[in-house]
Amino acid sequence: MEKPLTKYITPGSPPPDLKEYSRIGGYASAHKALKEMSPAEITSLVKASNLLGRGGAGFPTGLKWSFVPMGENSPKPKYLICNADEMEPGTFKDRYLMEGNPHQLIEGMIISSYAIQAEKAYIFIRWAYKKAEKELRKALAEAYAAGYLGKNILGSGFDLDIYIHSSAGRYICGEETALFNSLEGKRAIPRTKPPFAAISGLFGKPTIVNNVETLVWIPHIIERGAEWFKNLSMTGAGGTKLYGVSGRVKNPGLWELPLGTTLREVIEEHAGGMLDGYKFRGVIPGGISTDFMLEKHMDVNMDFSNVGAVGSRLGTGTMIILDDKTCPVAFIHNIEKFFALESCGWCTPCREGLAWVEKLLASIEEGTGKMEYLDILKFHTKYLCFGNTFCAHAPGAAEPLQSGLEYFHDDFVQHINGKKCPWRS
Amino acid sequence: MEEAGQYPYPAVACIDALKIVQHHRGWVSDDSVKDIAQLLEISNEDVDGVATFYSRIYRKPVGRNVILICDSISCMIMGYESMYEYISLKLGIHFGETTNDGRFTLLPNSCLGDCDHAPAMMVNNDHYNKLTFEKIDELLSNYK
Repeated sequence: MEKPLTKYITPGSPPPDLKEYSRIGGYASAHKALKEMSPAEITSLVKASNLLGRGGAGFPTGLKWSFVPMGENSPKPKYLICNADEMEPGTFKDRYLMEGNPHQLIEGMIISSYAIQAEKAYIFIRWAYKKAEKELRKALAEAYAAGYLGKNILGSGFDLDIYIHSSAGRYICGEETALFNSLEGKRAIPRTKPPFAAISGLFGKPTIVNNVETLVWIPHIIERGAEWFKNLSMTGAGGTKLYGVSGRVKNPGLWELPLGTTLREVIEEHAGGMLDGYKFRGVIPGGISTDFMLEKHMDVNMDFSNVGAVGSRLGTGTMIILDDKTCPVAFIHNIEKFFALESCGWCTPCREGLAWVEKLLASIEEGTGKMEYLDILKFHTKYLCFGNTFCAHAPGAAEPLQSGLEYFHDDFVQHINGKKCPWRS
Repeated sequence: MEEAGQYPYPAVACIDALKIVQHHRGWVSDDSVKDIAQLLEISNEDVDGVATFYSRIYRKPVGRNVILICDSISCMIMGYESMYEYISLKLGIHFGETTNDGRFTLLPNSCLGDCDHAPAMMVNNDHYNKLTFEKIDELLSNYK
């Protein structure tokens, strides 16, 4: 089984430096792309590969790039932004990729920037990732010294500078238009769409935002081609995926597996199953803004469409397990408290709605809840949806709440009738 | 301040300016907000709006060392609450408070992205995981 993204990552050891990365074939794709391929050819290849964005939404990468105005008269400068603001609770995959092989990301950014003819690129990294930032800065300095960045890269006439912006810390910065405002030195509040980022993004210029795990694929797709990429997955969706598991399992961790690996294989084989004395009750499959999945979903192929078909989302592919000794109400309350705190406050449904949801859940958990609260919570999951809010924050918060209310209904009722949390003595 | 020079207009440097002030002084005072506003040619309110938006900009004084305990879901499952209670009792402070000697400030923090090694926390720029009471005793002694 091939593991293109993590093959050269050894946790606990320093990442490959430029010399080592070049020895194992690194930057060969940058040479090939900048010397032998046109930007349009690269975009077509990425389109043909069907690489779906790994930040959680699964948008086709090549299609996204094709929205960027090209040609002599297109606006300048254009920007490429690597979204490395991994703040989705339960998610720890981009940290691994950046700490483990920073040159792989930089090479991906060089080729991607060339494809959309962006002359400036940013890595928007979360402040907590100090080690990843340090490794990236070291790798960037090496790449500049070797002529992979700066003016006239590899004699192609293409110029590129990559900057690192360490976030000042807010979940909403992961929303791409909020990220632009943050890079512009403002409060990270989402912008109205349209205009879409590919037309008017950072500083009003055409901008593409891609996740770390998306960008690191580009050198491999250039080297091995679209068909190879498609054949890596179990279900034809293309590529491998970094799947992670946290919670009370025997072997929590992160594994690169074919996209479309079953939930059962990830949890039972790779994560080693539940710790002795704990039973599986449910799983949040891809960061907290995704709906719960249950035991009956164990044989679902974990790719974007198959997870979607059972009412959840693949999201970031990093799973959080709910066990039988953790209170589901406390679990959901923790999630909604995060969303309420991290609401940027710009639109009323999100700012007021999530705060109310959090208070109701706290009350139920403390044993002072009433049955009518369940209807109010359900009302919120219905109305905090796309179209009623300014961005995807509140709709994301509604996902685990709506499925949690449905799947763990008896536990909510038990809290309300018993006037206490059965899990707390 | 040369940082302002590399951007299309000075206000873009607002977050960087706040970070620089905080790096040198530990937090951002009202006077610093005014100084930044003047330098970047924007209003005090604009600077304060940015400063109060971001979690890692402090508008109140903090101790010499800041402890950030992850209180998100994976760390909750793996027992951050007992780690918090232990530290709270040991230092005699709750979330949002600073020890009398100014040695530690204790703050909650959202997911640190180390969920497979939960519970996790940071002290200043240092990351720690798989916390136990013994580990906490040992690591806190390194911060004076």
